[in-house]
Amino acid sequence: MAGFAAAGRRTHYGRTPAAGLRFFVYAVISILLMYTDERRGWSDSLRYGLQGAAYPVQMVVSSPQRFWHWLRESSATRARLKEENARLTETGRDLQLAQLRMAALEAENRQLRELHTALPPLVTKRLLAEVISIETNPLRQRLIINKGRADGVHRNQVAVDGYGIVGQVTKVGPWSSEVILISDPEHALPVQVVRNQLRSVAEGSGRSGELVLPFLAVNSDVKAGDLLVTSGLGGVFPAGYPVAKVTGVVREPDQLVAQVRAAPLARLTDTREVLLIEFNATNPAAPAAEALISGAVNAPADDTP
Amino acid sequence: MSLREHGAPVFLTALVALVLSIVPLPFWLAIIRPAFLVLVVVYWSAMAPHVAGVTLAFFAGLVLDVFQGALLGQHAFALALISYLAVRFHLQMRAKPLFEQSIYCFAAMLIYELVLWSIDGWTGHNSAGAWRWLYTLPSALLWPFVAGVLGRFHAPS
Repeated sequence: MAGFAAAGRRTHYGRTPAAGLRFFVYAVISILLMYTDERRGWSDSLRYGLQGAAYPVQMVVSSPQRFWHWLRESSATRARLKEENARLTETGRDLQLAQLRMAALEAENRQLRELHTALPPLVTKRLLAEVISIETNPLRQRLIINKGRADGVHRNQVAVDGYGIVGQVTKVGPWSSEVILISDPEHALPVQVVRNQLRSVAEGSGRSGELVLPFLAVNSDVKAGDLLVTSGLGGVFPAGYPVAKVTGVVREPDQLVAQVRAAPLARLTDTREVLLIEFNATNPAAPAAEALISGAVNAPADDTP
Repeated sequence: MSLREHGAPVFLTALVALVLSIVPLPFWLAIIRPAFLVLVVVYWSAMAPHVAGVTLAFFAGLVLDVFQGALLGQHAFALALISYLAVRFHLQMRAKPLFEQSIYCFAAMLIYELVLWSIDGWTGHNSAGAWRWLYTLPSALLWPFVAGVLGRFHAPS
């Protein structure tokens, strides 16, 4: 500042002679980095290392928030805990009831499909991960979770919460990973309307409470309140997981496609834990093999760095 | 001479700015959050170009790339560019009153975001939306404040 420039005891700073050269060198390095990173080349292992180094900082930066949650939880009153306990018991009972029916339905389904052996369970492995930080801006909607390659997380692994699909793993570090939310504008997932099996693609809008379905014709049979589930196409998400509820359909007579909006069922931004799941490939509901979907948007990439 | 004098303040202020840049914020605050680290890098590039310039900018940008999950080298390139400009024009910039420095700073932020935006566009990432330009104005408005705070680190009165 003025005081600085006028400080008599300092030598006058002239133009740094090497700044131009240095900038040139760094520019070349950055461009090389960008090039290799875009092609998922050797910079993947560099990023892997950097992500490991960034993890402690992310932990520290998000610690006040987590401390607050911890404080609120540990100061819960007895009455509140009792109430919560009662509620959870009730939910547990409901789920048990649903599960009973589920077994019967699965048996019936097997008969209908004329399968003589029981279907293998769809989910083979699940991993509970804590959300360390949430990034929600119009360009990026991501979560950082506290599980990484050390826990067996891999790219394109599906993240869900108790209500629906949350997203998928995009970057894996040693102890942490990045999950892209379904509301991220760069994310698209293949969905199906439960009511009539109509298939489409739900894209993120950049707002955490909204997905858009840009590829439905004006005359397609979709209306507000329709439940969208994953269709199982695309090679990442298994079939039949709830995704969103259609909130509004606008049909302009002069346009070819309807403007369909939907609200994600999963609690994308106020979730504190997500479940990473792995599927049994022999179950028919598991994501279609890569060979079948060569042109898909979300084809799983090679996991090795 | 000045590295010993300024090295620690530069590093510390950059670290604080980094934390401010990556601390999770709700949606509406996140889109107008000033680019603290960029402001600090521009400040040190203009005020102490012998201590911290393009090198600081490059590594700060790389750190931003990692924390924001961007293309590796994207922020590094953009930040190195405006840091270079700040070093190149530091004498002109220093001679101006704070208000005019803010305008310089605004121009720098626009160049920075323009570079990020172009790279996003070229690499096929989502580059649409006027949202992304929104933070440049609060950043420029924050300049006098940043300059005032950082000024204390190298001009003991």
